[in-house]
Amino acid sequence: MTIQEISEQIVSEFSLFGDWMDKYNYLIELGKSLPMIEEKHKTENNLISGCQSKVWLHAAFEDGKVIFTADSDALVTKGLVSLMIRVFSNQSPREIIQADLDFIDKIGLKEHLSPTRANGLVSMIKQMKFYAMAFEMKG
Amino acid sequence: MKQNVRTDFPILAQQVYGKPLIYFDNAATTQKPNQVLEEVSRYYREDNSNIHRGVHYLSQKATVEFEEARKFLRDFIHAEKEHEIIFTRGTTESINLVASSFGEKFLQPGDEILLTAMEHHSNIVPWQLVCEKRGASIKIIPVTPEGELDLNQLPGLISERTRLIAVTHASNVLGTVNPIKTITTLAHQHDIPVLVDGAQAVPHLTVDVQDLDCDFYCFSGHKVYGPMGSGILYGKEQWLDALPPYHGGGEMIKEVRFSGSTYNELPFKFEAGTPDVPAALGMKAGLKYLLDQGFEEVIRYEEALLQYATRALLNMGDIRIIGTAREKVGVISFLVGNSHPYDVGTLLDKMGIAVRTGHHCAMPLMEWYSIPGTVRASFALYNTREEVDAFIAALQKVKQMLA
Ligand SMILES: Cc1ncc(COP(=O)(O)O)c(C=O)c1O
Repeated sequence: MTIQEISEQIVSEFSLFGDWMDKYNYLIELGKSLPMIEEKHKTENNLISGCQSKVWLHAAFEDGKVIFTADSDALVTKGLVSLMIRVFSNQSPREIIQADLDFIDKIGLKEHLSPTRANGLVSMIKQMKFYAMAFEMKG
Repeated sequence: MKQNVRTDFPILAQQVYGKPLIYFDNAATTQKPNQVLEEVSRYYREDNSNIHRGVHYLSQKATVEFEEARKFLRDFIHAEKEHEIIFTRGTTESINLVASSFGEKFLQPGDEILLTAMEHHSNIVPWQLVCEKRGASIKIIPVTPEGELDLNQLPGLISERTRLIAVTHASNVLGTVNPIKTITTLAHQHDIPVLVDGAQAVPHLTVDVQDLDCDFYCFSGHKVYGPMGSGILYGKEQWLDALPPYHGGGEMIKEVRFSGSTYNELPFKFEAGTPDVPAALGMKAGLKYLLDQGFEEVIRYEEALLQYATRALLNMGDIRIIGTAREKVGVISFLVGNSHPYDVGTLLDKMGIAVRTGHHCAMPLMEWYSIPGTVRASFALYNTREEVDAFIAALQKVKQMLA
């Protein structure tokens, strides 16, 4: 699936929730089911320091696609991280670089992308795009 | 304390995410009563003018009000002389002023500054900066697991090279009220001055700097119902006289020649440039508001609320309170089971409850407790038991969601 298709899928999944609590419960579930980053990749180097919650992000390049794995020490952050992984992992560098992330706004979680949020997500998205650019250049 | 203080605070009437706002982040900043909002806007509507320099009517009037505010602050912290009160932008600026000016004059390579393990970054980093410049070093008074200063260690930490002790009056994380008099007594036996960070104490305790016998005392108006950008540095006259100026500019000089300038007398020596006059007047209005409610009564009310909330939290089970000192201000730091404070804070926010999460600008203290941060609820005079009940009910939900 393309980034666009996955994003739309996520928007339609979230449209089922009536209130914030269902939405966050789902987010927390998503976080718990996130295929974790391999322990050996949970290094200082892969740590995106968001001040309050930590995010670890690892990237690999296989068959022209970027494979991301990640983890966080906070569950809500982890849920959001899992959405990013779902959207960006297994895509080509070009698509990742060009993607916008409207879907976060559409599912009503935009507040988590505020730079003052201190959850590491904004830096994580930047880092994902950086990886994509680096892989594209190496091509 | 009058019945419905909440009506004095217009911001509290709002809903967030469709739920009544419960504001438990008062240690970060308190909300402002109408009396303060009114005073700030009245100043701009009626009296705005630059102070100390004008011969005209408005300038005179604004100057008198500014100096009246200084006298009010002198009385509020029971200082001896009004020129011992320096207006600053807040605690952080006050501490930077002392660290910089004191360091320049009195710190030599090999000298030592004593801090405690529970200091806010504001009372750590200015000392690090000046110590690095002067080749001095910092030593730390440790805390006990309960969150009290381990003062048994103090005599051993004081050395011939100790030049100053800087300590917080009340901890913004643990709530602990520190025994300042014990510290100043011991310090003065060795002729060591003591700086007290009063940011968290002034909203909750009657402060008497002469009784404490501290050499410097700092606090921020915005944590005591006043405007942001307001605050003071108190210093004993002999110390303020001995320190070189901090910032240069207008107002702080007597004579300026290109061959050299002479400095104005206290307090103006430390008040370079146009001060934030409405902030100073607003700070006075905020403190006056607190006194008008009956400070003693407010203190008793907040103490009872703290105890009520502490008991309710402990009754919930699976809660770890960080900071269980015997004497505390209205601050409770805690952890919910193994949950990350960020998750707890995010979900409470969704229920309209404002708490603080994270390291609270006290990373060394977090390291000491080996925790990533805490959730912190902190109270002001407008908080109620009903709010605490709603907070506990919300926490129960959060616990279920994160389980
Ligand atoms: C104990 C303590 N010291 C210093 C500060 C810094 O105060 P301000 O940011 O108002 O300068 C704070 C508040 O954040 C505090 O809690």
